[in-house]
Amino acid sequence: MRPAGRSETDSLYFTYPHFEPPQERAHLGDRAPVAIVGAGPIGMTAALTLARHGVASVVFESKATFNDGSRAICIARPSFHILERIGAVGPFLDKALGWTTGRSFYRGTQILEFEMPDSADEKYRPMYNLQQQFIEQFLWQAIAAEPLIELRWHSTVTGIEDIAGGIMLEVQDPCGAYTMPAEYVLAADGARSPLRKMRGHRLHGENYEGKYVIADVQMPHDYPTIRRALFDPECRRGGTVLVHKQPDDIWRIDYQLADDESEAEATTEENVRASVAAVLADLDYHGPWELEWWSIYSANTLALDDYRDGRLFFIGDSAHIVPIFGVRGLNNGLADAENIGWKLGHVLTGRAAPSLLDSYSPERRGATLDVFANASKSARFMTPPTRGWRLMRDAALNLALSHSFAGALANPRQMTPYTYADSPIVAADDQTFGQGSPVAGAALPNARLGEGFLSDQLGQGYTLITFDAALRVDLPDLVTLHLALDTPAARMLCAGPKTAYLVRPDGHIAARWHDAAPDQVLAAYHNSQGRPA
Amino acid sequence: MTPQDVEAVYEALARKIDAIAPDQTEPFLAKLALLLAYDCADVARVQRRIDEAALNLDHP
Repeated sequence: MRPAGRSETDSLYFTYPHFEPPQERAHLGDRAPVAIVGAGPIGMTAALTLARHGVASVVFESKATFNDGSRAICIARPSFHILERIGAVGPFLDKALGWTTGRSFYRGTQILEFEMPDSADEKYRPMYNLQQQFIEQFLWQAIAAEPLIELRWHSTVTGIEDIAGGIMLEVQDPCGAYTMPAEYVLAADGARSPLRKMRGHRLHGENYEGKYVIADVQMPHDYPTIRRALFDPECRRGGTVLVHKQPDDIWRIDYQLADDESEAEATTEENVRASVAAVLADLDYHGPWELEWWSIYSANTLALDDYRDGRLFFIGDSAHIVPIFGVRGLNNGLADAENIGWKLGHVLTGRAAPSLLDSYSPERRGATLDVFANASKSARFMTPPTRGWRLMRDAALNLALSHSFAGALANPRQMTPYTYADSPIVAADDQTFGQGSPVAGAALPNARLGEGFLSDQLGQGYTLITFDAALRVDLPDLVTLHLALDTPAARMLCAGPKTAYLVRPDGHIAARWHDAAPDQVLAAYHNSQGRPA
Repeated sequence: MTPQDVEAVYEALARKIDAIAPDQTEPFLAKLALLLAYDCADVARVQRRIDEAALNLDHP
């Protein structure tokens, strides 16, 4: 929502482009390898991942431009690696605000300052703030430069039907209606997913009571990019307020509604202005500010039981809705997009067996359930659901004023990539490795390597990292990276002279061996492509 | 702890509960529980004590 007199895309700092519906129409009904419904960050990332693996796609977007507000603003380090792998990270690095520090306050007194893990071995910072319209604009720029992707604006998918060897979509745009067959369809059509409804699927899980208003204001506020959480502040007794800095002097203010505040009343412009003014006074900011945009959300943990329905895959919010405190909605969605993207890419180019696609739902739904466990903890602290949770939360905050150990309870759980330990395409872990090294299924941690980073040396497809110069495995789509034992990477991987790690296209470890043999590597590679021995 | 020590703690608690605002009893006891648990540093023992403290309470 925006102030009176301004349209949904009338922003103080962002110029929305207006895209036309497809003008060239003769080919619109041509069969596509993959159709993607929704051109938000998740749909566009899926298209770019497919293109990276050599597969063409058509993306349908019902709107004529990017998202109307800043919405998902926190991009975590693993997502920056995804953006790098799809060739889009450049403008993100130029524009986004990296950050490592968070501060929590209770009744105006700081009770906690936390640092997210960061070091010289990391290429990217733990978190970056960037408005969603910039995220979409930068992904769109990458798509516009990619001949394998056709993005059709103003195009609403109105029907979906299984056909032999594919799915038929009915599409409506301002110039007419048509049908288009695709071998596979990705539903990236958001939390209210029309495709999910058309197929009769429902999200299951918990609705939390707490509701938050998120409001963006533009102001020249002199404070570093540090996330602030205000518990029980003067401006909102009993509630919680979050404050984030974004580029272009935009500040995100999230504040919790009291149980007796109605959603309709809380979101009137007058009430949003009054609430924001009170928060700014609490922050000791007394300069000018302009209201840019606001919205409302609740803290739910909801997911589909299965992210796959035949040749249709649900990715991002269409598959799962998570509370935003953990900043996992966007980030988990991007990981969904890359996961299905590389798998479909390998299947549709004949490199992998179709059974590889069976691993998408268990891997990504497992990640969602892991997020739920952590996000539920955060949500219970931010929005205590019962008397017991509220008493202990308030006691911990109060105790934190005098004893810092209690303040640690206010530390939000950090976003870490999920380990696909139980995945059918990940080998059982080699138990002979030392403690602390990354297990099979984990995301490969980064390390300094020469002038750059280990992640810079990974291939487009699979990578075999080995410390054994004699280990040679010839496979298409496999880059072999021979490393020395006296490197930070070797220490991080607890490597011996015959150690090898097989890394998937999404940077997760498919298998590892303290003492590797070529036939083991071959078997793990084929298993990771859905071809178990 | 000697019986005299237990008695001293018992009396100090009673006096403190009387001294603070009546509606702050719950947060006070919750804070105290967290502090003593932190000092005790034995999660299993604390969890056992949590269950034992709930024994024989009146039901609504």
